Amino acid sequence: MAEFGFDTLAVHAGAQPDPATGARITPIYQTTAYVFEDADQAASLFNLQVFGNIYTRLMNPTTAVLEERIAALEGGTAGLAAASGHAAQHLIFHTIMEPGAEFVSARQLYGGSVNQFNQSFKKYNWHVKWADATDPESFKREITDNTRALFCESLANPGGVITDLEPLARIAEDAGVPLIVDNTLATPYLIRPFEWGAHLVVHSATKFLGGHGNSLGGLITEAGTFDWAKSGKFKTMTEENPSYHGLKFFETFGDFAFCVAARALALRDLGPTMAPMNAFLILTGIETLPLRMRRHCDNALAVARWLEAHERVAWVNYAGLEKHPLYPQHQKYCPKGAGAVFTFGLKGGFEAGVKLVNNVRIFSHLANIGDTRSLIIHPASTTHRQLSDEARVKAGAGPEVVRLSIGIEDVNDIIADLDQAMRA
Amino acid sequence: MPTTYPDSLIARILRSVKTIAMVGASPNQVRPSYFAMKYLLDKGFKIIPVNPGQAGKEILGQKVYATLSDVPGPVDMVDISRASDAALGVTDEAIANKDRLGLKVVWMQLGVVNEDAEKRAGAAGLTVIMNRCPKIEYGRLSGEIGWYGVNRRTIDNRKPHAFNKGGSLTRG
Ligand SMILES: Cc1ncc(COP(=O)(O)O)c(C=O)c1O
Repeated sequence: MAEFGFDTLAVHAGAQPDPATGARITPIYQTTAYVFEDADQAASLFNLQVFGNIYTRLMNPTTAVLEERIAALEGGTAGLAAASGHAAQHLIFHTIMEPGAEFVSARQLYGGSVNQFNQSFKKYNWHVKWADATDPESFKREITDNTRALFCESLANPGGVITDLEPLARIAEDAGVPLIVDNTLATPYLIRPFEWGAHLVVHSATKFLGGHGNSLGGLITEAGTFDWAKSGKFKTMTEENPSYHGLKFFETFGDFAFCVAARALALRDLGPTMAPMNAFLILTGIETLPLRMRRHCDNALAVARWLEAHERVAWVNYAGLEKHPLYPQHQKYCPKGAGAVFTFGLKGGFEAGVKLVNNVRIFSHLANIGDTRSLIIHPASTTHRQLSDEARVKAGAGPEVVRLSIGIEDVNDIIADLDQAMRA
Repeated sequence: MPTTYPDSLIARILRSVKTIAMVGASPNQVRPSYFAMKYLLDKGFKIIPVNPGQAGKEILGQKVYATLSDVPGPVDMVDISRASDAALGVTDEAIANKDRLGLKVVWMQLGVVNEDAEKRAGAAGLTVIMNRCPKIEYGRLSGEIGWYGVNRRTIDNRKPHAFNKGGSLTRG
């Protein structure tokens, strides 16, 4: 078994010349369904007894290449795509949770995830307990017999946090629950959570993986290391499933059973499938992921250093800066770079933040991150508006905070744009 | 979790083996052993089910034998779908019938781990695979399992063969 380098996998993993035509680039299989060979094969497919294509809500050959590629890049056993990062989170928790069950999450999360966990999941009677991403012990304190998972972001959006994954994975392991890591901001180029003991990784592929701001997408991958049977708490994984004549997923599919179950149950029944066209665009994006991430990180560090010295800037929260309290964590988990998304505080507060986003000319003022283009947002007046003042500050989105997602443009132009907009 | 073996070893086994005796083959359509048997039959392997409770009956159209000693040769590989502690007895029986059957491989299914069985079969000159499913391995190495987003841990710059049957292991 050859071990390939990350940059080689980014270009090749999962893809192969098209079996029908020899096309070198993965074709966009724009089809809803696939013909069966005969009635017997159809029955075997529906029963999951043979591998094959049935219907694009469940699987698609273009999307499957992307699924295998993320698994290869993260060092996982299998992958599963969904329509968006949020859809991927939904599929994961639907597979893990039961009504009344709880999970413990870092509170330093993308604001949309805070809403999903606090509001929408509550309708399923799934309950989130909040902990502090910078304090692994705070997760331990929230664990009960009802806990089914720990959740965090590797690099947190937008708090500038690098999560101490190694002790957190140990706490999860001791509690007999999986550690789920949202690796969106780091991408596997910077951090591979499975190497630190995480069990499941989820991505908003909308961000750096796709990388060009053109497609929504979510991805799940599993390490294949979690024993779903041990505690008896993960019924979807271990009990006879009535919609598959009593099949038991973990027993049948072993170290890639989570992705099969999430596909064959959650994706089948909830239906948030990634479009093949989006899978194609995200695959194309991933081919240059290592090149882009290097440039994103180089530019981000240069901008952070420049801001740190700027007279109108109160603070810069970028773990790539030597005096940042999480600099040692940066050296441990992601020495290649501290990512391209960070926040800084303007001495002029809320008003200065609004002025800055109104005056930039290269930066785009929008609610996204992880684009080739440099992006800017003032969270207090946009993404984190729905949260209370207190929750905003706790999430790292106080009134003076501006979030940048540094693109791959000429760094001198990026700096000049910020300078003129702050002085305007 | 599955023990690791070189892909080249697994591919060599799956390419060379023609007849498999499946000990613990089940008529229950949702048992993993039934899945594996159905899949491998479909790929052209000859499968002889072994299960004392089903002796004389048929599973997927194949006559069931009570024990390995009852199975007529030749058999290239014994696949064990039994509890891990039962694998030693089956392995001993496989070793006792090795020359009569022309046996070359003892394969223990995903979840079946028995190090004593592994040692004895190895000492008897048999190739041993533990804690792996031949169906999953076939699907992985033929490329077909990639349709489920499974990481095959390979890179291939050539067109796969026999696409309609879902990939094949006929090419190196
Ligand atoms: C860290 C993180 N996780 C999850 C999401 C949700 O992803 P999507 O917008 O693709 O649903 C986002 C989106 O901003 C994100 O930044």
